[in-house]
Amino acid sequence: MSIKGKACIAGVFEHPTREARDKSVMQLHAEVAKGALEDAGLSMRDVDGYFCAGDAPGLGAINMVDYMGLRVRHVDSTETGGSSYVVHVGHAAEAIAMGKCNVALITLAGRPKAEGMATGTAPRVFGNTADMPFEFPYGPVTTNMYGMAAMRHMYQYGTTSEQLAWIRVAFSHHAQHNPNAVMRDVVTVEDVVNSPMIADPLHRLDCCVISDGGGAIIVTRPEIAKSLKRPLVKVMGAGESPKGQMGGKVDLTYTGAVWSGPAAFAEAGVKPSDIQYASIYDSFTITVLMQLEDLGFCEKGQGGKFVADGNLISGVGKLPVNTDGGGLCNNHPQNRGGLTKVVEAVRQLRGEAHPAVQVRDCKLALAHGTGGSIGTRHGSGTVILERE
Amino acid sequence: MTQERKLAAPAVYPETEVYWQAAAKGKLMVKRCRDCGEYHHYPRSICPHCFSDNTEWCEARGTGTIYTYSVLWRTPVPYAIAYVTLDEGVSMMTNIVDCDLKGIRIGQKVRVTFKPTDGGPPMPMFTPD
Repeated sequence: MSIKGKACIAGVFEHPTREARDKSVMQLHAEVAKGALEDAGLSMRDVDGYFCAGDAPGLGAINMVDYMGLRVRHVDSTETGGSSYVVHVGHAAEAIAMGKCNVALITLAGRPKAEGMATGTAPRVFGNTADMPFEFPYGPVTTNMYGMAAMRHMYQYGTTSEQLAWIRVAFSHHAQHNPNAVMRDVVTVEDVVNSPMIADPLHRLDCCVISDGGGAIIVTRPEIAKSLKRPLVKVMGAGESPKGQMGGKVDLTYTGAVWSGPAAFAEAGVKPSDIQYASIYDSFTITVLMQLEDLGFCEKGQGGKFVADGNLISGVGKLPVNTDGGGLCNNHPQNRGGLTKVVEAVRQLRGEAHPAVQVRDCKLALAHGTGGSIGTRHGSGTVILERE
Repeated sequence: MTQERKLAAPAVYPETEVYWQAAAKGKLMVKRCRDCGEYHHYPRSICPHCFSDNTEWCEARGTGTIYTYSVLWRTPVPYAIAYVTLDEGVSMMTNIVDCDLKGIRIGQKVRVTFKPTDGGPPMPMFTPD
């Protein structure tokens, strides 16, 4: 059994807002659902499967199904942090392949910006769990967790702050063309390394933006997708994997992408060098570097050299990445970047990215998400998409 | 550098009560599996390496090496979070304390020290040798 080619992404939507002071989270979920359905040319009555992560308001998917007035026969609220929505694409394809639903709606929304959340520097606890007493009093926050991963990568492989900075530089080159991006100014390596130190060795410009909004994805059967007036984007392969502290055999130099990536490539029957465009989760610059290595775009430890000198800039480098500006410059709604990764990959495959960053004749793309913290435990999700 | 940061008290569950009772006496405990022989951390009743429930508490030597660290500067009282690899072979999340935060290095030898928490048992932290 495989999901290869058995489902298509027929609709995508990224909410244009970046600060939603006057909207509820449920309202944002409904707005992005409406946007994606309109993009696909489908109606709410066509939706018979609903997917959200554990952060959606209420109990799993049921409050959102009720709020939106959906009538579904399949729900899935798989929670793997920011990677959830990449995982949901694979799960939706599975459900469609098994005949459990025909039109799957995936939504994400949130308003951390409007709520004044200190996403990167304030401690966050996900449940009163048995592992927390051994971590929480030490003050783990998002930035120092990713900082520890970056620090070890530098120690072990000689990666430099300047190499990490190139990731931000590349995405800023893309973001200048995105009118909705939070940060549209093109930056230099010097700008990044001279920005204030947040948590060693990560500077402010190594960190993603905090933004409100969200996005939605419609996954459907190929027969339905073919009946719609949109380019056909097929789901070719998917992989998912959690990674943690390995019972104390801690290794922060790699991510779960070492498992989710090969699974997705094997299912799709392609290899990293076939990929023309990649959306790579960019909570921090180090996140991108490690995932590129782990997905096999370069050898382990060579990520620093791979990302340097504009190699991720569309039209300049060998692997265009995050042509919307990514989470670093464009949007990181609800502190979860997985959904927008899929959206930009679909734009590229449809030829609907901004002309300045559109990859010529883009037929094969990858979207990858990381959720949780690479400093402790995280989920990874990879999908490979192809335009017919 | 003095430890000025107020530390949240860890929640004590029956599964790991021994760990915190020992911490109150200045001892660092680690769990070891009697079946596969592997140490693990954080402590569990069932071994995360082989799933045996035949696990035992051992007193650690209290010495180790900094595997990685990060100083959070963007906070009222900057502090260093780290993973220290104990001489027993397992790595644990901790803080590096009583030292110049700018002088911390991966590979440094460190020794355990206990810091009081806000109404709970003390937390094991490490200071450079």
